[in-house]
Amino acid sequence: MIGRHRHCIALEDYSREEILEVLDLALSMKEVLRRPLKKVPTLRGKSVVNLFFESSTRTRSSFEIAAKVLSADALNWTSTGSSVSKGETLLDTAKNLEAMRPDVIVVRHAASGAPAFLARHVRCSVVSAGDGAHEHPSQGLLDCFTIRERLGSLGGRTVTIVGDISHSRVARSDLHAMGKLGASVRVCGPPTMIPQGIDRLGATVFHDLESAVAGADAVVMLRIQHERIGDPLIPGTREYSRYWGLDVNKASEWLKPECLILHPGPINRGVELSSDVADGPHSVILDQVENGVAVRMAILYLLAGAGATAAGAPPEKATA
Amino acid sequence: MNADAIGRAVARMAREIVERAGRGAADLAVVGIRRGGVHLAERLRAEIARATGTRPPLGTLDIALYRDDLAERGRVPVVGPTDIPFPVQGRTIVLVDDVLYTGRTVRAALDELVDFGRPRRVWLAVLVDRGGRELPIAADFAGASVPASDGEDVLVRLTEGGAAEDVVVVMRRGS
Repeated sequence: MIGRHRHCIALEDYSREEILEVLDLALSMKEVLRRPLKKVPTLRGKSVVNLFFESSTRTRSSFEIAAKVLSADALNWTSTGSSVSKGETLLDTAKNLEAMRPDVIVVRHAASGAPAFLARHVRCSVVSAGDGAHEHPSQGLLDCFTIRERLGSLGGRTVTIVGDISHSRVARSDLHAMGKLGASVRVCGPPTMIPQGIDRLGATVFHDLESAVAGADAVVMLRIQHERIGDPLIPGTREYSRYWGLDVNKASEWLKPECLILHPGPINRGVELSSDVADGPHSVILDQVENGVAVRMAILYLLAGAGATAAGAPPEKATA
Repeated sequence: MNADAIGRAVARMAREIVERAGRGAADLAVVGIRRGGVHLAERLRAEIARATGTRPPLGTLDIALYRDDLAERGRVPVVGPTDIPFPVQGRTIVLVDDVLYTGRTVRAALDELVDFGRPRRVWLAVLVDRGGRELPIAADFAGASVPASDGEDVLVRLTEGGAAEDVVVVMRRGS
């Protein structure tokens, strides 16, 4: 359980305290990752199924490593080459997986709402690894963790999210979580990529990169998805990088010296970020990858760690 | 036990540890089990330093990730920081807790400790041994033996200055 939640699907549903519970725990999990022997017996005998209907290397490996460090068994189920490509429905796939008695199903799906749908139909915990343009909660949490680790807190900080806000589940999870932790969030991108009503989620909209990043404590540069290049939203990568990308000149002129640059990966070098910025002093992109494992360990521990339901658990006994 | 008795017990345990370590005293390291053992480990280290002239390294273990009762709990325990800032390989580790009861915490701490390396040996030092073991574990050094029944709690209150500290046996709430 994370606070009141048996699943981790949307940070929109999480309270500030529930988000902080995961982030504080992830700090202890990060210490485990720094040990000479990176394994603890905590989730021995538990199993985690990674159910990925969209390609992903980073997120799937990250969940897999998180499960394995905690001694859970991890099973990867990808849509290509499986029964899904033979026409099996999401519900049938889930029911079949459930018959194997996993404790957690981690799901990524192109359709917004797929994890919530699964959660209604299976008995185990469901963790979203990104659904459509809805949310990517573990990414939102690891972004918060990374900023918190560097700056101490998100309270009173300004975070700018740059890119295709309309199609970004990362932007939505970041917005919900960072807002609850007290940051003011700006979004910036081509007008065609800023959804109507984003201000109702607490974001301030900017259409010019220089003013959007002025005074910001952290900038999240979103990935431009190649499949969108050339469609009416953006004519080409050169134009995109000229107006919405960060190179070393813009970074040194426009950013505060201590401003952090985040990116959910994989980076399109030369489009959202030039190489010297991606590898430069502002960048915390590789920290994000390491922190992602710690945050996912915290999520799995909270959801799969306790064996019985709260109602069926015997009273606690002192073990001093 | 009052503050004086606690202070004497800690000093005596430190002398016994140094004596038993003999010429190996240079290889001692002190590791407190969170949370009750952490402050006690600091005190013990200070006493050992007084006796030998060198301060042994100090570490902290949080055993939450090594508990054996996760399957029986409704919620998972909070995980605090573990910090072993020295190589355990070849050292004599003094594992420290405030109260020794079932022995399950010590079992978990031993499992966690050996995941950091292979110590030469591990000694267990506790302020209070209250009996009631559920595993074959014994203290090498104990400040006091305070037999208590399963319906009772042994509370150890330690303070930084050492003023208002004591050990008391109370009836467990709800029993």
